[in-house]
Amino acid sequence: MIAVYIVGGIVVILFIFFIATYNGLIGLRNQMRNAWAQIDVQLKRRYDLIPNLMETVKGYMKHERETMEAVTKARNLAQSLASGDVAARSKAEDALGGALSKLLAVVENYPDLKANQNFLALQEELASTENKIGFSRQYYNDSVLRMNNKVQMFPSNVVATMTNFKLGEFFEVTVTEERAAPKVSFT
Amino acid sequence: MWEQISANRWRSVVLTAGMGLLLLLIGYFLGLYFFDNAIIGLILALIVWGIMSLIAFFQGDSILLGLSRARKIGRDDNPRLYNIVEEMKIASGLERMPEIYIIDDPALNAFATGRDPNKASVAVTSGLLAKLNRDELQGVIGHEIAHIKNRDVLLMAICAVMLGTIVILAWYATRVLFFSGMGGGRRSSGGGAGGLIILAVGIFLLILAPIVAQIIYFTISRKREYLADASSALYTRYPEGLASALEKISASTVQLKSANKATAPMYTMNPFREKGKAASNLTSTHPPIQERIRILRAMSGASLADYDRAYREAKGGKVGIAPASALALDKMAGATALREPSAEAKTAEKPPQKVERARETSDMMWRLSKYRTVNCTCGTKLRVSPEFKGVNVKCPHCGRTLAVQ
Repeated sequence: MIAVYIVGGIVVILFIFFIATYNGLIGLRNQMRNAWAQIDVQLKRRYDLIPNLMETVKGYMKHERETMEAVTKARNLAQSLASGDVAARSKAEDALGGALSKLLAVVENYPDLKANQNFLALQEELASTENKIGFSRQYYNDSVLRMNNKVQMFPSNVVATMTNFKLGEFFEVTVTEERAAPKVSFT
Repeated sequence: MWEQISANRWRSVVLTAGMGLLLLLIGYFLGLYFFDNAIIGLILALIVWGIMSLIAFFQGDSILLGLSRARKIGRDDNPRLYNIVEEMKIASGLERMPEIYIIDDPALNAFATGRDPNKASVAVTSGLLAKLNRDELQGVIGHEIAHIKNRDVLLMAICAVMLGTIVILAWYATRVLFFSGMGGGRRSSGGGAGGLIILAVGIFLLILAPIVAQIIYFTISRKREYLADASSALYTRYPEGLASALEKISASTVQLKSANKATAPMYTMNPFREKGKAASNLTSTHPPIQERIRILRAMSGASLADYDRAYREAKGGKVGIAPASALALDKMAGATALREPSAEAKTAEKPPQKVERARETSDMMWRLSKYRTVNCTCGTKLRVSPEFKGVNVKCPHCGRTLAVQ
């Protein structure tokens, strides 16, 4: 009789452990997906800011047609790929970042533009959006790390294998891409 | 990566429980002495504590914000501050955007409040906004968001209320004891040796309890400050931002007008110091600021493990900010590397030419007397006397160990 109780007790404990671990894993996965959605929010914000920037800059930058067109083109391409696969998309986003940084570098030659309040506000928004994209990627990677640790480490890995939990993918940021991020100057 | 914070939590829980025990002990002896019934004393202590807790829980943040005369701002009032708070909210994974308040005061300070991460506020002084660059402000906001994320606000509120209750009970009891002792009024009828022992223990407790409670309170408070610094470095990946902000704050001589003793632990910097004096190591709710700066500057990466290592080196002890087992998880090559300063911070730092020329001259003088120069990565230049025979020298500014060529 006692043996039955002991076995029963162990089964109950294992069952509770299973439920708690599984719920923990689901929580981490939701957090990871939520973090991924955050990156999207910030990228969309960048698409929205660019037409405003173009409108403001247009009157001042008469001789920078090419630079401006490159930004618009890169933006439209990135937006059209927004629902496509991650590799193609991140390449398009890189290109957009590069085009933007070129445009903002040229601003240095236009003192009138740098005195424009509207432009200054946009510049702050763009710089901050760039930061937010970086921070949301950072948080996404942190979330993936936390989930993967849980999935791979004992004892939670037992539950993860039983329920066929997959490892999360890191958002790889290549060094070149990081360099291409627009450096917005505040002078 | 955040597990160590919960792993670290038990220490705070133990200390808080110790404080609670102290409170119950006071209640017990008060009851025993005044009512001949320990239970009544216990209940009385719990009631006082309960009422104060309820007030603090539901009204605490509005009282605090009202006391410091803070005004709420939106995105359009100060886009830069709003953006920085939003950046740190994203980096920390906080679910709701905290409310932002500005205190019109030339002093440099900031605090966070709110009982849970979904209903939190961040307040900064207008002086802070004016004096700090973007990176520094980001570091300070990261520190405050970390307080919210780590639920320090709630913990410190619980502790503050408990401390307050202990102090109030002890104060009243001493009064009553004194007056009733004079008139020989309500005295325990138990009498004899037993009564005397209770009286002795009671008096001992009344004197000691508030002091012990205060020490526990400061211990918890300081631990949470270090942890918030570590988290801020992790969020921003740029500990130098917070370090140089702390440096500016500690050099400032303006005192915050609207702070009082009860709200002091909520601030980044202890708002109390002698008028006209720079904030120094005298603070007690906050760790010594020079030490905080040194630890931040000695970090080789931005992870909590990096902070822990720097902390141990600075303290020279074995006890870090979190158990080593928890920190072992915290490793991801490259991902916690430090980042570059922002463009704004870079352009702002142009030293005047006159100073440069003076430096060149003094460099030459040093070289003439055969002093060796060691440049530290924190920007400090060390002069090593020709009589110094050692191989390594420690930077007095950031604590790094440097080789003498």
